[in-house]
Order: sequence, then structure tokens, then C-alpha cells
Amino acid sequence: MASLPPIDVPEGATGAGVFDAPAERAKDPAHVDYLLRLGDDALVLGQRLGEWCGHGPVLEVDISLANLALDMIGQATLLLGEAGDGDQLAFHRDVLDFRNCLLVEQPNGDFAQTIARHLLYTTWQHLLLQRLTESSDRFLAEFAHKAVKEVAYHRELAAEWTIRLGDGTEESTRRMAEGLDWSWRFVPELFEVDETLQAGIDCGIAPDPGGFEEEYRSAIAAVLAEAQLEAPAEQRPILGGRRGHHSEHLGHLLAAMQFLPRTYPDATW
Amino acid sequence: MSSDWPLWEVFVRSKGGLSHRHVGSVHAPDAELALVHARDTYTRRMEGVSLWVVPSAEIVASDPDQAGELFEPAESKIYRHPTFYDIPGEVKHI
Repeated sequence: MASLPPIDVPEGATGAGVFDAPAERAKDPAHVDYLLRLGDDALVLGQRLGEWCGHGPVLEVDISLANLALDMIGQATLLLGEAGDGDQLAFHRDVLDFRNCLLVEQPNGDFAQTIARHLLYTTWQHLLLQRLTESSDRFLAEFAHKAVKEVAYHRELAAEWTIRLGDGTEESTRRMAEGLDWSWRFVPELFEVDETLQAGIDCGIAPDPGGFEEEYRSAIAAVLAEAQLEAPAEQRPILGGRRGHHSEHLGHLLAAMQFLPRTYPDATW
Repeated sequence: MSSDWPLWEVFVRSKGGLSHRHVGSVHAPDAELALVHARDTYTRRMEGVSLWVVPSAEIVASDPDQAGELFEPAESKIYRHPTFYDIPGEVKHI
């Protein structure tokens, strides 16, 4: 059988036309936004926890908090790396472009306030990650599968400390109650579904947080009951972090975190 | 604060089949947090697969003043070491 003459491929060409190019397709904006939401949560909370380094109430707790911080930075590295250039996103983005929830950027306050923030966030994150393992996006499903174990530990640690501080001395009870009171108004944002998140839910990459709100409320209530604490009074919810409307606190955090790479962009060490 | 907390001795099993070995101690207000502190302090670089914590106050120790009578007699009993046997080359891990 006569064979066809060889195709004359110009030097340097791959031989594949643009229509043959494998899936180097741009991610859908709702998908990138979802990666940024989860990635910025982890980055900002990791940076906050890192601020405790060398200032923990006791040596063991100092190490404990640093471990939690490193877990969060590790998660941020994966998520922001998937969203784009991770370092660029972490260190060269302005405050209005951050998509983290307002809860994680709240100042550390005292140890009890840090624990209150961690309990409220990681309980939510744990319930989310359990469902995110079923995401239609392979990266997110694999990420969730990896992170869900360490976040289970975070949730457990925060609950143990909440119980000990809440059911402790008069001072620790007061501080724990104040820490919860500070953080409480930022919880509704965790369950807010805006158009961008709805798009992610519709295409199966993101779980609907409404699906575990009841479970979240009862899990927190159970920890507070064991800690002999009253749930704080309902407050006017503060929303907007997911759309870049942040509190003043985030600007200060980013100033400390981004100073070096933004002032000396080519610095290496 | 930590000076009010009891001390706990920490033992880590580095992998299945090996014994737990003493690695150090932590302060903690109770047993659950002693495990948490031991985990965060001593197993953060994948050192272990299992942890024990024991209240340091529960350890019964020999009296250093009795070290002479307890341990020195063994020094001259070299025959208690099984070192006078020829071990066949095929036997490993002795």
C-alpha cells in the first residue's frame, strides 16, 4: 500500500495545532475565586497564629500555636499555588483583593480570643473539608482529603482549650466569654452564599455551607455547654470579606507580612 | 502558669514493633493536654506512631545515693554478658 508522503513540519513546531492543545484552559473565575477564598483564609489565619511565635503563654502552647500556623501556611501554599502564582498572590496583592472571611483576620487578642477564633473557624472548616472531598474538581477533592485530618486536630485542640478555659478559673471564664463575644458576629459570613459561591456550588466544585449550618451550630453549642459557657447574644452580622471589604486589621497584617518582598522584590536568602 | 502545671514524661514509639522510648517531658494541666503537648513538641517531624505520657510524679526512681550498692557489683561480672559464644555468620541482627 502506498504511504502518504511525510508532512513537512517546520523546525520548532510541535506538530499539534492549537485545537489539539491539552487542557491548558483558563479556570473559570468562580473557580479561582473559590480557591482564593479558602487559600486566603488559610494564609491570613496562618499569619495571625504565627504572630504568637515567641509570645505564647507557655513554651508548650507556643510550639502548639506555631504548629497550627504552619499547617495553615501549608494549606495556603497549595490553594494559592492552584489559583495562580502563589508567592505573587500572597505577597504582591493589595488588601481589597483578598477574599478571606473577616473572622480569620481578627486580632489575636489574648490566648482565649485566639482559641475562640480558632474554634469557630476550624469547626466550620472541618465540616466544609469533609464535604469538599466529594468536589467535582480533582485538585480540591485531593486537597480536602489531605487537609481534613490536620484540621480535625485543630478543631479538637480548640475545643479542648475552650472547655478548659470556660470551665476554669473566674478569670479564664471571663476571658473565654469575651473572646467568643468578639468573634461571634463574624460567624454568619461563613454561611453566606453569594452569586460567586452559588456558581461554584452549581457546578459541583464547592459544597453548600447551608448544608452543614445546623451541624455547626449544634457542634459549637455542645462545646460551649461542656465549657459551662453561655452562647453570646446574637449580634448584627458583619459581612463583606469575601468581596474584599475588610476590617482595618487586615491592612496591618499585610503590611507586616508583605513588607520585605514588596520593598526588596528580588531579595533572596 | 506552666509552673503550676504538673510535669509529664513523654514516650514515643518510632514505628510498629519497637518499644516506646523516653524522649523528654512536657508541662500540661491534665492527661489529654499532655498528649497534645507531647504530640506538638516531640512528633512534629514524623518521629512516631504512638505516644505515652506518664505523670512524672508517678515514676518510682532508684536512689542515686544507692548507686554504688545497686550497680557497681555488676561491673565485675563480665561473664553475665553473652559474649563468649561464636556466632555463626548467617545469624543477623545480634
